[in-house]
Amino acid sequence: MTNKERMAIPVQEMPAQDPLVRAKNMQEVALGYTAEQAQLESNRCLQCKTAPCISGCPVSIDIPRFLGLAAEGKFADALGVIREASLLPAICGRVCPQESQCQAPCTLGKSLKNPLLAVAIGRVERYVADNCSAELPLPTIKPETGKSVAVIGSGPASIAAAADLRQNGHAVTIFEAFHKPGGVLVYGIPEFRLPKAIVDREIDTLRQIGVKIETNFLVGRTRKLKDLLTQDNYDAIFVGTGAGLPKFMKIEGENLVGVFSANEYLTRCNLMKAYDDGRASTPIYRSKKVAVLGGGNVAMDAARSALRLGAEEVSIVYRRSLEEMPARQEEVHHAQEEGIHFRTLTNAQKILGDDQGRVKAVETLTYTLGEKDASGRRSPVAVEGSEAILEVDTVIVAIGNDSNPLLRQTTPELSVDKRGNFLVDENGLTSMPRVWAGGDIVLGAATVILAMGQGRKAAASIHRFLAG
Amino acid sequence: MNIIRDKIQLSADVFQMVVEAPLIARERKAGQFIILQLDSTFAERIPLTIADADEIAGTITLIFQAVGGTTRKLALKNTGDSIENLLGPLGQPTHLQNFGRVVCVGGGIGVAPLHPIAQALKKVGNHVTVIMGARNKDLVILEKQMRAIADELILCTDDGSAGRKDLVTVPLKELCAGPNKPDFAVAIGPPIMMKFCAETTRPFGVSTVCSLNSIMVDGTGMCGGCRVTVGGEMRFVCVDGPEFDAHKVDFDNMMLRSKAFKAKEQADHECFIQEYGAKK
Ligand SMILES: Cc1cc2nc3c(=O)[nH]c(=O)nc-3n(C[C@H](O)[C@H](O)[C@H](O)COP(=O)(O)OP(=O)(O)OC[C@H]3O[C@@H](n4cnc5c(N)ncnc54)[C@H](O)[C@@H]3O)c2cc1C
Ligand SMILES: Cc1cc2nc3c(=O)[nH]c(=O)nc-3n(C[C@H](O)[C@H](O)[C@H](O)COP(=O)(O)OP(=O)(O)OC[C@H]3O[C@@H](n4cnc5c(N)ncnc54)[C@H](O)[C@@H]3O)c2cc1C
Ligand code: SF4
Ligand code: SF4
Ligand code: FES
Repeated sequence: MTNKERMAIPVQEMPAQDPLVRAKNMQEVALGYTAEQAQLESNRCLQCKTAPCISGCPVSIDIPRFLGLAAEGKFADALGVIREASLLPAICGRVCPQESQCQAPCTLGKSLKNPLLAVAIGRVERYVADNCSAELPLPTIKPETGKSVAVIGSGPASIAAAADLRQNGHAVTIFEAFHKPGGVLVYGIPEFRLPKAIVDREIDTLRQIGVKIETNFLVGRTRKLKDLLTQDNYDAIFVGTGAGLPKFMKIEGENLVGVFSANEYLTRCNLMKAYDDGRASTPIYRSKKVAVLGGGNVAMDAARSALRLGAEEVSIVYRRSLEEMPARQEEVHHAQEEGIHFRTLTNAQKILGDDQGRVKAVETLTYTLGEKDASGRRSPVAVEGSEAILEVDTVIVAIGNDSNPLLRQTTPELSVDKRGNFLVDENGLTSMPRVWAGGDIVLGAATVILAMGQGRKAAASIHRFLAG
Repeated sequence: MNIIRDKIQLSADVFQMVVEAPLIARERKAGQFIILQLDSTFAERIPLTIADADEIAGTITLIFQAVGGTTRKLALKNTGDSIENLLGPLGQPTHLQNFGRVVCVGGGIGVAPLHPIAQALKKVGNHVTVIMGARNKDLVILEKQMRAIADELILCTDDGSAGRKDLVTVPLKELCAGPNKPDFAVAIGPPIMMKFCAETTRPFGVSTVCSLNSIMVDGTGMCGGCRVTVGGEMRFVCVDGPEFDAHKVDFDNMMLRSKAFKAKEQADHECFIQEYGAKK
């Protein structure tokens, strides 16, 4: 095939549930490519010599090589190539912000002037992972080294670190506070975007290769971090405890009944399955009109969950414009299709309650965009006298997370920056000997693939330390 | 899996269970609690105070009142059964100090979380007066255990069927106004009782701590569902508490927030009655 022919293939759209139907169920929105689509899409890759796409992927998957194999229909081989660099392709193929990662520098997207028209790398990645994982053998384990590592938390950073360490023959135990492992993948990201069965499969693989998983274990409380080293004889520790401290707006009315952090709302909905009204015991608020404050993935997930739980009108309230929204474009697009209202250039300044202390409205202010700020985004400026009332019965605050303070409070040896994120060297080593860290606890709220990349880097360093 | 080693019914709907949990038994301190869940798939997570622990036997004691869906299901479990998930110890331990004279006020099931605190305060040398209240004599719990700790014990019931016919705030006020004014007070019980205890000690300048029981999900500081306003600031009961300066807590807001899920709780309750009959 010539490059011209390749470029003539239209980007393969992802089949999806009808927006009106899916807005009322919890099943996955995107249905996945057919084999033909996966092959066609792979054929769009121009096999660039310089492969700029690879530099856009935080774990440097050899993208042209896997797409080349997929283009020939050798899907299992393609998955093998991905697996050299990434352990969670079924997850990353679904949730990576591809347009700002691997697809951003893609030559094809550049020449079509739109990263959404680049090769749909993540969609092919998802296809081969969904369809060929069962064909690949379990990873081989090197002979036992007799060394043991404690991994704290069970999100993507920890999953990656645990898998690599185990493959190198170390005994690995994961300690997770919740009753189910997976971190944000199970308690935050909703079923309709990332089916929990997929996360369970990855966790199962860990168990099959001999990683021990202790749930209901809060390090810092059930056991001090230091005791794991000094009394329980672990040789090293990897901390992947994530960014689990919800930020609030610090505005009037935030403690009214009907105001939730996105973490609470999503945990009730996903982990505790509150959407399954007949069977789940965990209650969720029955809402008619919902305002979600924020514009990231978390805000989209909360808004779309509220819709699926039966809300009639759901608004995203975001103080910049659509262009600046940090959420993945695909999620914004899906949310729009489902009928979520986007009230951009608007910010909540007060939450109003009724005489029962329940939310009845949000007072908003209109904003315009001014000069670029330190983050390179144009900073929002309030328009004086633009107060307006948005009547709602539920407010979900989704303006981000800081790192959870528990471990640093109970482990004074750990150095943190002013936002509470762990300070680490280039290998993920913290200020405490034999303790490494990675993922959101180091980066602040970031992405699945970045967390995974950090887990792998730390695992390599831990392995060098244990072998040395 | 945490096996139930022993179960005793303390009153009409209050139960005591000794549960296997060696790690928690080893680390726990007075004032801390656990979160339990009866199954991993559909059950909810609820907090209960660690009423006592035996480090050598590797067990903790829970005392709970069967008030709704989860506590009623828990009450149906027997010795030998197990609790699928148990997380802890959670929360900040009680700040222990020899204050001199302390008064520990417990209302209803609040006597259960009060017990380990009173015990610990006694152990560090305080003179401990216990005031405990219940609606009637059948609902009085842990009287014997409290008598064993207390230098003085004042029992109150709403109907006078045991002890004095008074609300706990009445003897509390007498103490504060009397010659042996307490140096420190702890109040644990229904939010409304804690609110009035705070109002009782405030004019006498008796520093007072309460233990809050807001609705929780994770118990690790991740969801913010347990937040309360203390001294005008947002605090999370599960990690910053559960004990706070009672004179600074916004009890009115806390009481409103406790009722956030009333409808669903009511439905669960009816569901339970259908499934198991009206028996306790
Ligand atoms: C709603 C939502 C949507 C998102 N959507 C996307 C997306 O589309 N794409 C994307 O790339 N990223 C997304 N992210 C971000 C991504 O999920 C995170 O960056 C990633 O999960 C971080 O991984 P981690 O391993 O560092 O920690 P986490 O996934 O946060 O896991 C940490 C785990 O550690 C446990 N833990 C914490 N403290 C302790 C302790 N002391 N002892 C024991 N266990 C402990 C926690 O219970 C948790 O299970 C989203 C995040 C949220 C909240
Ligand atoms: C730190 C702490 C320690 C506690 N210690 C004890 C104890 O030692 N003994 C005891 O009997 N009770 C204790 N409680 C209260 C106990 O958690 C509730 O009685 C229990 O959750 C009720 O659940 P349910 O499903 O049986 O009843 P429901 O019908 O669901 O609820 C009854 C009431 O309990 C409260 N509640 C409901 N769900 C939760 C939840 N997930 N978290 C917290 N409160 C909730 C609500 O105010 C509700 O109105 C404690 C609470 C906290 C926060
Ligand atoms: S892991 Fe993410 S960034 Fe890397 S190639 Fe796959 S989808 Fe792109
Ligand atoms: S940049 Fe795009 S077209 Fe070029 S090799 Fe990578 S995926 Fe293929
Ligand atoms: S229970 Fe979730 S933050 Fe306290």
